[in-house]
Amino acid sequence: MTTTELVPTLTLDLKGLLCPMPVVRIAQAVKKLQIGETIEALATDPGVLADIPAWARTTGNELVSLEKRSSDIRFVVKRTK
Amino acid sequence: METNHNNKVTLVVLSGDMDKVMAAFIIANGAAALGKDVVMFFTFWGLKALEKGNLTGRSLFGRMLGVMNRGGLDAIGPSRLNMGGMGRWMFKLMMKQHHVTPLEELRQSAIDLGVRLQPCQMSMDVMEIRPQDLIPEAEAPVGVAAMLEHASASAPSFFI
Repeated sequence: MTTTELVPTLTLDLKGLLCPMPVVRIAQAVKKLQIGETIEALATDPGVLADIPAWARTTGNELVSLEKRSSDIRFVVKRTK
Repeated sequence: METNHNNKVTLVVLSGDMDKVMAAFIIANGAAALGKDVVMFFTFWGLKALEKGNLTGRSLFGRMLGVMNRGGLDAIGPSRLNMGGMGRWMFKLMMKQHHVTPLEELRQSAIDLGVRLQPCQMSMDVMEIRPQDLIPEAEAPVGVAAMLEHASASAPSFFI
């Protein structure tokens, strides 16, 4: 939903963190969400471009968006189960 | 979910080298973050990753081993280029400069994510390491059958 994407429930700063901490932090943060709520996260490790989609596919949660920007990577995940 | 039938991951940690223990904890953290039920089975040199770092051993050889093979995450060095401890110092410094999560934090993170740390009973007997020489988060020592029970139900198993 556009509304949940516009207003994430949580925002996480993962900048500077390397593997495996971005997925670890996302996994921990998602537990605090209700189903349908979202987390927006900012990261700098290029590894998240592969790891966050893999995390979403494996756990069954939804990767709402993932974009590489000039100085960081922004992604939004939604708890779906 | 259709993935539930292979929801387990087993890691056998034989090595007590810093780099290999690090790889083991990174895989364990990743697997736990993916929602897996993770068991790490520490055997032989790998027990060092669960030791508090005090001197161990009862017999002469046991105590010699305790001195020459000091346990604890702080004491272990890389499998290559350790150069009498210089390599350990250098790698720690480089990892810090690159903001890699230190081994102690990786182990704590694995514990927080519910990764189970099982020491090998037989190795503890041989190396004269007592349960109280291990961190309190370590489970009661187990044998090969207990490890294999979990490994048999695991989709991936790792031997490190």
